[in-house]
Amino acid sequence: MRFLRSRYALLLGLLIGSGALFLCLLASVRFGAAQIGTLEVIEAFTDYDGSEEDLIIRTLRVPRALIAALVGAALGVAGALMQGLTRNPLADPGILGIEAGAALAVVGAVFFLGISSLSTYALFAFVGAGTTAVVVYGLGSLGRGGMSPMKITIAGAAMAAFLGSMTTAMLILNQRTLDEIRFWLAGSVAGRDLGLLLQVLPYILVGLLLALALGRQVTTLTLGDDVATGLGQQTVWVKVGAAVSVVLLAGSAVAVAGPVGFVGLVVPHLVRFFVGVDYRWILPYSILVGAILLVSADVAARLVLRPQELPLGVMTALVGAPFFIYLARWRVKR
Amino acid sequence: MIRAIRGQERKMTLRTGGTSFRMDLRAVSMVLILGLVSVAGIIANVGYGEYPIAPLDVLRTVFGVEAGDGNYDFIVNTLRLPRALVAFLVGLALGISGAILQGLTRNPLAAPDIVGINAGAGLAAVTCIVLLPSFPSSLLPPVAFGGAFAVAVLLYLLAWRGSSSPLRLILIGIGLGAIATALTTTMIVFGEIFEVTKALVWLTGSVYGRTWEQVWPLLPWLVVFVPLSFALSRNLNALNLGEEVARSLGSRIEVERGMLLLCSVALAAAAVATAGTIGFVGLIAPHIARRLVGPSHGGLLPTSAMTGGALVVLADLVGRVSFGAVEIPCGIVTAAIGAPFFLYLLYRNRNK
Repeated sequence: MRFLRSRYALLLGLLIGSGALFLCLLASVRFGAAQIGTLEVIEAFTDYDGSEEDLIIRTLRVPRALIAALVGAALGVAGALMQGLTRNPLADPGILGIEAGAALAVVGAVFFLGISSLSTYALFAFVGAGTTAVVVYGLGSLGRGGMSPMKITIAGAAMAAFLGSMTTAMLILNQRTLDEIRFWLAGSVAGRDLGLLLQVLPYILVGLLLALALGRQVTTLTLGDDVATGLGQQTVWVKVGAAVSVVLLAGSAVAVAGPVGFVGLVVPHLVRFFVGVDYRWILPYSILVGAILLVSADVAARLVLRPQELPLGVMTALVGAPFFIYLARWRVKR
Repeated sequence: MIRAIRGQERKMTLRTGGTSFRMDLRAVSMVLILGLVSVAGIIANVGYGEYPIAPLDVLRTVFGVEAGDGNYDFIVNTLRLPRALVAFLVGLALGISGAILQGLTRNPLAAPDIVGINAGAGLAAVTCIVLLPSFPSSLLPPVAFGGAFAVAVLLYLLAWRGSSSPLRLILIGIGLGAIATALTTTMIVFGEIFEVTKALVWLTGSVYGRTWEQVWPLLPWLVVFVPLSFALSRNLNALNLGEEVARSLGSRIEVERGMLLLCSVALAAAAVATAGTIGFVGLIAPHIARRLVGPSHGGLLPTSAMTGGALVVLADLVGRVSFGAVEIPCGIVTAAIGAPFFLYLLYRNRNK
């Protein structure tokens, strides 16, 4: 099933992926409402003169591009970890209830407290996501044997549906809340500034490092609890570590960009088509593919309906799904 | 004729001539209990409202016996009964559809929502609600059914490559669903806020204002596909053991899989077209049923069906009663009462 066979091909793939990501970032900085040439982008850094273009580039475009890349990387890795942890190809960070919890917290904040600033949304989203994840993990670990993939998967799905229904109830009962929050709920990185980027950067970096460090253990864990234990692994700690990483990554992503669906689910599958089942490779590739998908989707979201902007969550699906369907059709044999 | 009742397993085998039918007594009693709960729910649902009617009078009126004053017949048989029946039938269809999909794919997360059927119906309906403000709501069911059907056909065309594979099917379903959902979200984000609220209610699923006009088109689908699903449920057991095992047990995998899938899609599409994209029932009813009667599909399918029916009927009742004049769509309440109940079951069976 895998496409890249040798170690060198895999390393080369990472290199090419990084190049592609760089090009996407450049495109993201270049294209937008104001016309800006590639040369001006370079000059904004080498020869900063405080002109309007330079300001747009340095305070709006670059932070936005970087945030899109970070969010994509975080969601891709979080999705890969969740699929490994639950051994379920349909799992994504949403299974821990992270997106549902964040959405409920933010909608609740708008509904009851009338809050309307992006950075406060971020705070509520992160707290909501974290709380829900802890509760779901607790429910999934009830009883003898601790956390089992089956228990956590269905506990998470039930919890997500439960919270989602409360969110919908608030939205249906109050049109003002719905009007205010519907763009956020579709996911977007529009208007995110450097401050927000710096706020979540440490969490995402720690999450990514933790994930990469666990790559080998997660691969073993996908063979089953018994096998992993037999090979001398402390499965409980690997699971807890992976879950902490997922919460940091997906929690930060949803805090910054709102619930951007689809990325966490699809990126690991896209990656697996190329690199196989070894998480030591799946995880770094997920970083790249997630970032590329989100940055290019963000560019497309700005260009398709100019001057209107499509929500990012819509665009990731429209960009990623056809490609995903194509791969699923030709590469899934059984 | 009942041939054998074995004490421990509590299985019963009916044999008449050349055919035999094995039943799990636990499943039979569960189906009966859930059926009683549903009937009680329907009666309570019909009796409750601006103009309360006692349960006994409800029964009398339904069976055509003159009761109370002359208004009862109109209120019960024209206004309230069809709505309660729609709730029950929709839940029943979703319960079976989810159980089949979970059995076919051997994945506990599979549900009609995940293979894109609901998303297709949702996209079609929301497009009409948001873009054509004067669109009559009585035309929504056929439109939604068309959307669901279109996705199902596309799914089949894209996933078929000489043989079907459950994983490929699900992944392609996810992709199609994501596209449909993305377009729906675009409407939600950019549409007029009043229409968007209406669309959101439809997307949540509601049986508000459903009449016989919605019951009749739903019935033929159930009459055909519910018995067919039950008849095929044994094959699901074999398929559930894995492809190789099923084949060596003599299953004609492709045919059986195709038929089961058809049942699941048809039931989900009919349900969703009638009541909107009620989520969660198709996912959770099979899980609840599995914890009540175990994993054998012969008992699981009917139990899941009755669980789904009871869940939606009770959800509709709770949604009407709990906030007085404001009615909560039953799609919200299914999750609000179903999830805690399910988590309780999970807790009770935690060591199994």
